[in-house]
Amino acid sequence: MHPAFSVIFLTTLIGAGQGLFLALFGAESLGLLGVLPAPGSEFLALGSLIALIFLVLGLVASFFHLGRPERAWRTATKWRTSWLSREVIVLPAFMGVVFLYGVAHWFGFNPPLGTLAGGYPVLPTVLLGALGALLAIVLYITTAMIYACIKFLQEWHSPLTVVNYTVLGAASGFTLAAAYAAWAGAAGLVNFLVTVAIVLTVLGLATRAASLVRNSRIKAKSTLQTAIGVKHPKIQQKSQGFMGGSFNTREFFHHVSAAFLRGMKWVFLLAAFVIPAILLLVVLATRVDPTGVLIAAFVTQYLGLIAERWFFFAQANHPQNIYYQSVA
Amino acid sequence: MAQTPSQEIKNTTCYMCACRCGIRVHLRDGEVRYIDGNPEHPINEGVICAKGASGIMKQHSPARLTQPLRRKAGAERGDGEFEPISWEETFEILAERLGHIRETDPKRFALFTGRDQMQALTGLFAKQFGTPNYAAHGGFCSVNMAAGMIYTIGGSFWEFGGPDLERSKLFVMIGTAEDHHSNPLKVAISKFKRQGGRFISINPVRTGYSAIADEWVPIRPGTDGALLLALIHEIMSKGLYDRDFLVRYSNAGQLVNMDEDSDAFGMFLRSDAPPAEGCYDAQDQLWWDRKTGRPVQTHTPGADPYLLGEFTLKDGTRTKPAFQLLQDRVAEYTPEWAERITGISAEDIRRLAHEMGVTARDQRIELPIAWTDSWGEEHESVTGNPVSFHAMRGLAAHSNGFHTIRSLSILMSLLGTIDRPGGFRHKAPFPRPIPPCARTPKGPEGVQAGKPLDGMVLGWPADPDDLFVDDKGEPVRLDKAFSWEYPLAVHGMMHNAITNAWRGDPYPIDTLLIFMANMAWNSTMNTEEVRKMLNDKDDNGEYKIPFLVVADAFQSEMTAFADLILPDTTYLERHDVMSMLDRPISEFDGPVDSVRIPVVPPKGECKPFQEVLIELGSRLKLPAFVNDKGERKYRDYPDFVVNYETEPGSGIGFLAGWRGKGGEKSLRGEPNPNQWEMYAQNNCVFQYELPRSYQYMRNWNKGYLEWSQRNRITRFGEPILIHLYSEVLMKFRAAAQGKGPSRKAPAHLAKRVETFFDPLPFYYDPLEYQSTNKHTYPLAAITQRPMAMYHSWDSQNAWLRQIHAHNLLYVNARTAHAAGIQDEDWIWVESQWGRVRCMAKYSEAVEPGTVWTWNAIGKASGAWNLTPRANESRKGFLLNHLISEELPSDDGPISNSDPVTGQAAWYDVRVRIYKAEEGEPQETSPQFKPLKPYPGQSTRARVLNFFAGLGGKK
Amino acid sequence: MTQLALVIDLNVCVGCHACVTSCKEWNTSGDAGPLVDQNPYDADPTGTFFNRVQSFEVGEYPNTETVHFPKSCLHCEEPPCVPVCPTGASYKRESDGIVLVDYDKCIGCKYCSWACPYGVREVDAERKVMTKCTLCVDRIYNEELPEWDRKPACVRACPTNARLYGDIHDPESVVSKAIREAGGYQLMPEWGTKPANHYLPRRKTQVTIREDEVERADNPLKIDSQLPKPGQEEPSLDDVTSW
Ligand SMILES: Nc1nc2c(c(=O)[nH]1)N[C@H]1C(S)=C(S)[C@@H](COP(=O)(O)OP(=O)(O)OC[C@H]3O[C@@H](n4cnc5c(=O)[nH]c(N)nc54)[C@H](O)[C@@H]3O)O[C@H]1N2
Ligand SMILES: Nc1nc2c(c(=O)[nH]1)N[C@H]1C(S)=C(S)[C@@H](COP(=O)(O)OP(=O)(O)OC[C@H]3O[C@@H](n4cnc5c(=O)[nH]c(N)nc54)[C@H](O)[C@@H]3O)O[C@H]1N2
Ligand code: SF4
Ligand code: SF4
Ligand code: SF4
Ligand code: SF4
Ligand code: SF4
Ligand SMILES: [Mo]
Repeated sequence: MHPAFSVIFLTTLIGAGQGLFLALFGAESLGLLGVLPAPGSEFLALGSLIALIFLVLGLVASFFHLGRPERAWRTATKWRTSWLSREVIVLPAFMGVVFLYGVAHWFGFNPPLGTLAGGYPVLPTVLLGALGALLAIVLYITTAMIYACIKFLQEWHSPLTVVNYTVLGAASGFTLAAAYAAWAGAAGLVNFLVTVAIVLTVLGLATRAASLVRNSRIKAKSTLQTAIGVKHPKIQQKSQGFMGGSFNTREFFHHVSAAFLRGMKWVFLLAAFVIPAILLLVVLATRVDPTGVLIAAFVTQYLGLIAERWFFFAQANHPQNIYYQSVA
Repeated sequence: MAQTPSQEIKNTTCYMCACRCGIRVHLRDGEVRYIDGNPEHPINEGVICAKGASGIMKQHSPARLTQPLRRKAGAERGDGEFEPISWEETFEILAERLGHIRETDPKRFALFTGRDQMQALTGLFAKQFGTPNYAAHGGFCSVNMAAGMIYTIGGSFWEFGGPDLERSKLFVMIGTAEDHHSNPLKVAISKFKRQGGRFISINPVRTGYSAIADEWVPIRPGTDGALLLALIHEIMSKGLYDRDFLVRYSNAGQLVNMDEDSDAFGMFLRSDAPPAEGCYDAQDQLWWDRKTGRPVQTHTPGADPYLLGEFTLKDGTRTKPAFQLLQDRVAEYTPEWAERITGISAEDIRRLAHEMGVTARDQRIELPIAWTDSWGEEHESVTGNPVSFHAMRGLAAHSNGFHTIRSLSILMSLLGTIDRPGGFRHKAPFPRPIPPCARTPKGPEGVQAGKPLDGMVLGWPADPDDLFVDDKGEPVRLDKAFSWEYPLAVHGMMHNAITNAWRGDPYPIDTLLIFMANMAWNSTMNTEEVRKMLNDKDDNGEYKIPFLVVADAFQSEMTAFADLILPDTTYLERHDVMSMLDRPISEFDGPVDSVRIPVVPPKGECKPFQEVLIELGSRLKLPAFVNDKGERKYRDYPDFVVNYETEPGSGIGFLAGWRGKGGEKSLRGEPNPNQWEMYAQNNCVFQYELPRSYQYMRNWNKGYLEWSQRNRITRFGEPILIHLYSEVLMKFRAAAQGKGPSRKAPAHLAKRVETFFDPLPFYYDPLEYQSTNKHTYPLAAITQRPMAMYHSWDSQNAWLRQIHAHNLLYVNARTAHAAGIQDEDWIWVESQWGRVRCMAKYSEAVEPGTVWTWNAIGKASGAWNLTPRANESRKGFLLNHLISEELPSDDGPISNSDPVTGQAAWYDVRVRIYKAEEGEPQETSPQFKPLKPYPGQSTRARVLNFFAGLGGKK
Repeated sequence: MTQLALVIDLNVCVGCHACVTSCKEWNTSGDAGPLVDQNPYDADPTGTFFNRVQSFEVGEYPNTETVHFPKSCLHCEEPPCVPVCPTGASYKRESDGIVLVDYDKCIGCKYCSWACPYGVREVDAERKVMTKCTLCVDRIYNEELPEWDRKPACVRACPTNARLYGDIHDPESVVSKAIREAGGYQLMPEWGTKPANHYLPRRKTQVTIREDEVERADNPLKIDSQLPKPGQEEPSLDDVTSW
């Protein structure tokens, strides 16, 4: 597939935004449980704002993918069948919840609505947070399912796609959260967030590597033989029917060399996983000032994920390409 | 959105190519919205092709010329620097110049026309002007096909006849890619296949029609003669020929004089009956009768000739039947011999011969149609042998094509398939006598100042006395057609016109008018040099070709060289006729002609070229265009078409339909003032269906021949016997040997004429092969027609050029590999004459000794109002740069043509290929200085959003 | 239920591209148009077409088959392009099975094209909406056209009649018969899309001629090979000897 930057930015930005929100809510919850020092309201409010910025940027990016953005509202209509439609519903819903969550924290609007067994108060922010977390997860799934549900894009058609979108998004979100916490002076949260970020990054490396291994073993279901229905081991296309290119040659081909593609793979493996993990470990293991290192970790990881997403597209081999092999 | 398919539908005739299908042009608010095939049209029965359906884009092309243009003072020819002038000024310039030429030396005006279909008018104009220097595209196109077949069976493929696929069982297509009969052939092949017919294609390349053949027989280019002669060998030796057919309808049994000392050696023996006069074969030859054992006049009732044997007349003259001579000739042409030449195994050749022979023999068709033959014998039925052939330029465009095509005609005749069901069938006005009656003047005296030409501009020589040469045997025509160099150049030799005019050989000319031909590009050989010739000056700084006029509808490469450009209309903007006097669209069942009627107004100041000729003819007071008082006779071209008669009162005009005062007559009759309206009401077609009993065996069908004579389609109603043995050719050979009563060939050409005017077909390597080192240039290079492009003129078509934006050289993968060439590498293709850089494309569908490309896709930079970046000029290439218009000979250069007919030998070129160096530019070479748009051309849209009827926008 | 479709007979298709440009011509000024052409007179001209004809070479020289292969939307019975569309712009008609795009609803997200394995959807680069073969809905039901003309433009155009059109659910239709009798097949059956359009394979007519059929009792050589009898007067052994 031709990597579409609008979609690359969309998925990576909202992925990080979702992850950041999960981290914030996780920190709040664990704080309420007393496992961690409770983060301050301002911290959570500002964090939500950052998450929201990522989400908005992602949304903006997504518009560049549309030929007719003025009709974007129509996309919400087919949620029964279309994962894209579902994503389009979940994303604003999630954004709304993040917004409310942030607002609630900012204004300190958090009257307990009751108590649970064990004496835990039922706080509006917790309810919103839980809802947000759920939506974040659902959003990961809907986003990923857009790709994973297309069965003839065999590289994408796998549960690993959902796992990767979720884990990689969450990893970048936790790294971001860690950097934010360090910057905002929430020192008590940093180690926790860094630890989770490391776990997620390593897990992401494992699941992404698993999908690389899987994809390298894919046997294309469609062949030239099934594409044109002629049973002969040796078939070659001589003419695709036009010479100056078409939508079909622009949208589904990456037009880069195999070497470039391979290079990109190593770039993203290093930038999205190895380097951030090392930087995160440095923060855990040494006494350096974490802010700069964590920001570097996030930036590297985010750029790595852009590369990862680019590769995700480029590696996907659309069966339609069988029909567009020869300019003559 | 408006669902309306159209507000209005107008019928006319397509001319996105020469096939001439009936089309329905749908207009929305006056703009062409849709063009589809007219289901009521006999040619295409409602279908259309890629080009026809893209006609809209021709109308909107920025390459359209819109006003007369004059080369700017001081600008070089070829630079394309023009200024607009008015039509009035244009006519004044032309009338003055041409008037002067006509009054002094009319042959200094030359008119050559390309892919046009109005030779009836252009030929008439040239004849009236008095110049011998006229020809249409036939010489560089397929004259071998016309001449080879017409000199053998009195008809031909091309527009004159074709395979009867409706009833055929076996169809053998040789060297055909697309052909003129594009849509009908496709319709017919498809029906044929669905009927279970078997289709064999003989072609070095498998594309297009060949793709759907049941069997592909790859052959080395230029070697079909060998294959066909071997097939004849096998068919004769197995007795698979149709004896009854040959005896009665060919000259197989006629006795040939074998007395080598006699002046009549090689001529037919004739009875003592007084020689008949007229352009036909007198029926006075002899057979050796099997029953009486004596010579008798042919077709003597009850007689049956020996076809084989050798006989001696009472006076001691030795004689053999023509059939025996044929057998002698093919004795050495065994399948094993042909295998070495063609690359087709002897076993396959035998198998093919058997399949043809047995199918013809065992699947005979009998139709209950009673008819009477020329000798008065009544037949209860029409029979036919269902084996049919079609061939085109794969045979024609070689310098041995004439004899190859004669071989094919003879093979078809041996199988008994001439004008019979399931075989080959004629289309009116064919069959014609062998040769047809038209003759050019016979010497320089035929060209007189101020007078029309004393003879036809093109003709059909029957013997050396019909040549158009002076006392020394030198050509009278600029292109040297009808001279001893190319005696049967019956369509002229346009491909040599520019070189000869430039060199002043045989003489310099003044004005060259080119209509509808891209002679600075794809219809010229040796393109680079010819472009220089067009711009070349003598020592005084005068152009070697002093005045160059080009009539075209588009900014072709040729227009860039013009001194004066006459902007023509397109086919949707003008009246046209597909006349019986030219190449009508007849069907097997009878004559058909058709017209074009404008559906949209001319663009800008465009003027139909026909109107230009009528105007010029009137101003020059050419007799056909003015009355006794010297006043203009015809208002315009439509008026001319209605009222012109070949001779006063002849009743024969350009159109055969709805003649007579009220349109009640057909074929002949007085002018009908409402003729156009009647065509318009009838799908623009006039179709005449012959009575069933006249539809077959027309060479010898008494009823048909008398009908044809009555309607003045022919002057003589004599039977047209198939010339297995060609006495016509023998007459030229005899003259070359110094024998016989006719003119003698000049010494330096005697050997050539003697060799090539063999009365029986023979095989020789194409001439260029003979003068090429086959080890240095191991590959044959040929072109093919793409179905979605017409010659050079569709690159300006926004839809069609997306299908073929550039061309590549197809090379058999093994051949390419051996040369170290990868798929889509940039390579050089080099012949003895030049080299071109292009891209290679692997193919498994090409014979390994052949490379090929689509014809005329490559363009000169900026031509056709494409940008200089266009793929056509960057990646596309023109093979013509590699092809020479001349070959060296001991007596100086001689045309690269068939020595019998002057047919341009496009497909003889030999090449080698090698990888372009690293670092060479990845673009085609040679390159030319980019042309800029001319005044009056519309700007090139960067985006087209065509939507008809709403100013192009929805 | 009706399922309209095209059946394309590769046995007679000569690759002429008539179906390509007639489709363009009809549709650019029809309900589906205008169909853009970019760089129409410049480098790499490219435009929206609903139908393309491709060529393939099968096998190795000299046993090569050249296959011309037209392809437009196959109007799948289980069209994966439809459910993915977030707006409902892509839809399959209940009444006749035609898969269409509603250009007024389409947002040009291209998602449906990703979900079509056949590469037959094209975003119009100017209108920015998804386009594809409409099976000429604006012809086949168009009451302004005479009955005989209510067929897709490409079907009307095709010179070899390689494009059959009809209802594949009606077992008596031309298309159903052709599929049955000539071995019609679907493209990429592995995806379960059930394309309505079918293709008919190459079918060969072979002939075998046995050696003993080449000569027949009435072989003309029996007549022609009889050499003429010499004249009575010519010298013979009778003149020189006796036994
Ligand atoms: N290498 C190679 N060369 C070949 C051939 C080949 O097979 N291989 N084939 C040869 C053959 S068979 C032929 S017939 C020639 C054809 O060669 P040409 O006759 O030169 O054909 P075109 O290139 O189409 O050029 C015809 C001209 O007609 C113009 N034209 C189009 N429509 C109109 C119109 O309505 N009015 C006027 N006035 N002009 C119009 C076009 O703009 C163009 O400039 O090419 C020959 N050249
Ligand atoms: N679409 C379209 N139609 C056209 C034209 C066009 O430009 N475009 N041009 C028109 C004109 S002017 C003409 S003259 C006709 C020509 O009609 P065709 O004769 O059909 O045209 P060519 O492309 O010259 O085809 C020659 C075929 O012969 C094969 N061939 C070459 N050399 C040999 C050989 O030695 N032996 C054999 N057996 N085969 C050989 C080539 O591979 C090719 O398939 O087409 C007319 N129709
Ligand atoms: S074959 Fe020629 S005349 Fe017929 S529709 Fe096509 S371009 Fe027009
Ligand atoms: S061919 Fe493609 S676009 Fe057409 S219905 Fe099937 S999946 Fe959809
Ligand atoms: S491009 Fe249009 S039709 Fe396709 S999925 Fe998007 S909205 Fe639907
Ligand atoms: S059915 Fe209509 S839209 Fe579809 S390919 Fe044919 S002409 Fe084009
Ligand atoms: S119009 Fe017919 S023959 Fe021509 S390419 Fe299309 S399907 Fe094939
Ligand atoms: Mo031609």
